[in-house]
Amino acid sequence: MSLDAATVRRIASLARLRVPEDQLPRLGQELNAILGWIEQLNEVNTGGVEPLTGSAALAMRMREDVVNDGAQPEAVLSNAPERIDAFYAVPKVVE
Amino acid sequence: MSEAKPYRVSGDTGEWEVVIGLEVHAQVISNAKLFSGAATAFGAEPNTQVSFVDAAFPGMLPVINRECVAQAVRTGLGLNAEINLVSVFDRKNYFYADLPAGYQISQYSRPVVGKGTILLDMPDGTTREVGITRLHLEQDAGKSLHDQHPAKSLIDLNRAGVALMEIVSEPDMRSPEEAGAYLRKLRTILRYLGTCDGNMEEGSMRCDVNVSVRKPGEGFRTRCEVKNVNSVRFVMQAIEVEALRQVRVWEEGGAVEQETRLYDANKGQTRSMRSKEHAHDYRYFPDPDLLPLVLDPAWVEELKRGLPELPDARKARYMRDFGLSAYDAGVLVLEQETAAYYEAVAKGRDAKLAANWVMGDLFAALNKTGRSIENSPVSAGNLGRLLDLMADNTISGRIAKQVFETMIEAGTDPDPAAIVEAEGLRQVTDTGAIEAAVDAVMAKNADKVAEYRSGKDKLFGFFVGQVMKAMAGKGNPALVNDVLKKKLS
Repeated sequence: MSLDAATVRRIASLARLRVPEDQLPRLGQELNAILGWIEQLNEVNTGGVEPLTGSAALAMRMREDVVNDGAQPEAVLSNAPERIDAFYAVPKVVE
Repeated sequence: MSEAKPYRVSGDTGEWEVVIGLEVHAQVISNAKLFSGAATAFGAEPNTQVSFVDAAFPGMLPVINRECVAQAVRTGLGLNAEINLVSVFDRKNYFYADLPAGYQISQYSRPVVGKGTILLDMPDGTTREVGITRLHLEQDAGKSLHDQHPAKSLIDLNRAGVALMEIVSEPDMRSPEEAGAYLRKLRTILRYLGTCDGNMEEGSMRCDVNVSVRKPGEGFRTRCEVKNVNSVRFVMQAIEVEALRQVRVWEEGGAVEQETRLYDANKGQTRSMRSKEHAHDYRYFPDPDLLPLVLDPAWVEELKRGLPELPDARKARYMRDFGLSAYDAGVLVLEQETAAYYEAVAKGRDAKLAANWVMGDLFAALNKTGRSIENSPVSAGNLGRLLDLMADNTISGRIAKQVFETMIEAGTDPDPAAIVEAEGLRQVTDTGAIEAAVDAVMAKNADKVAEYRSGKDKLFGFFVGQVMKAMAGKGNPALVNDVLKKKLS
């Protein structure tokens, strides 16, 4: 499998990365190397094998339905680059 | 089941069939969010119900809320669906200002609930089955306010991380009416289960509509998704106009493109959402912060045992035990509060008569006074007592309507028996008094008596009316009829 420049450009745009046009070939090569390695992994027959999602517990722990967090607007907003009153403020999103 | 005439859109090249599937996002009723301990209550001050998990601070880990899982399982059981004992959470990646993590935790290839069914109650009393494809759990996003500042959008994360159930139907619906019936039925089931309040106006139930058209008998053609339609009426309208648009595109020799569209209720048209051009490339992958969700079958059984009687079962019971029609039973079970009120009135009484009074006089009174059945101006107990007064012949049906009006106007939920006594409305069953009234009416209308006797049967109603009028409506109708018949013949 080999990625062309257009696909690399699209992936970069989906990830919100601005990649200069002259760097697309190099990035494509790197991604192709990664994909090549994954293709090797795909050669292993994993039919009927459940995915391994961790080494310890097999099932997720659950919390009870109790409100014990939140109520800390100042802490939550403390890292906001910009705020207006108790809101985060971001450049206007045009629909 | 009678075969109603199928819904068709007629174009220049003949008739077209509409194919509809719905995706409903239902906000889960829970105290805390899906993966954090922040509150879910609606209407709080901005950013006061936000944990560091919800705001996606680095290093914060999600821990799932057991009750949200229980609610999803209950809903799955209520939709006669398979419960998947192992399911997996994935990251759905996209950038938007109200999604702080840059991804939504959702379920993709392994949802918690699989295939199910829902039975639609159509207005003509027939039913129709629609398949449920799946139900999965996911996080809601925050809220963006675009109209508060000329150059900025304001973000409130109170809603970010609240649990949603996405409920996806099969493309089984063929008309706007069926889509409307689907939403109403789903809402009823969710409200019975107590898993979502079903309020579309406040956004706790939101709907995306998938629409395509085809010539009857064909395979599926390309569909479009109409996003975020927020009332049953608008869903039905959006389907109608989108189907018409697609028919025009095909008939002009074009091809419908798969895209996301928006319904503009003011203009009555759908338009393309170009901003969502790449939106379907979400690059899902399993969330490495979360282990698979594994459910204990005994726990699922326990949840099943705790389910209330659901609308379909209740409707069947009303038809079987109370002898109601499918339509009447369907209307009465739509809301649990209505069903509870009806059962209280019907208990130990004429169940059909009770249904007529609840659906007729009571609904009209609620409409007129703008009140809901939970704070009805007449309680179920007192409506029942009014039926009792009819049953034991204390008052006639006609007087009962009059007493009911008085009860509504009083607004204090008065005892009907007290009104009957106070206003002297007790029915006259004394044959002597009725005979006297009949004699007087006949004497005054000798010409009409002659006409009646010469074959003008229709005049009987006139005599009944005159006698009732003379007795201020208090004559027992059956006795009045008997006496009149005897004396006129």
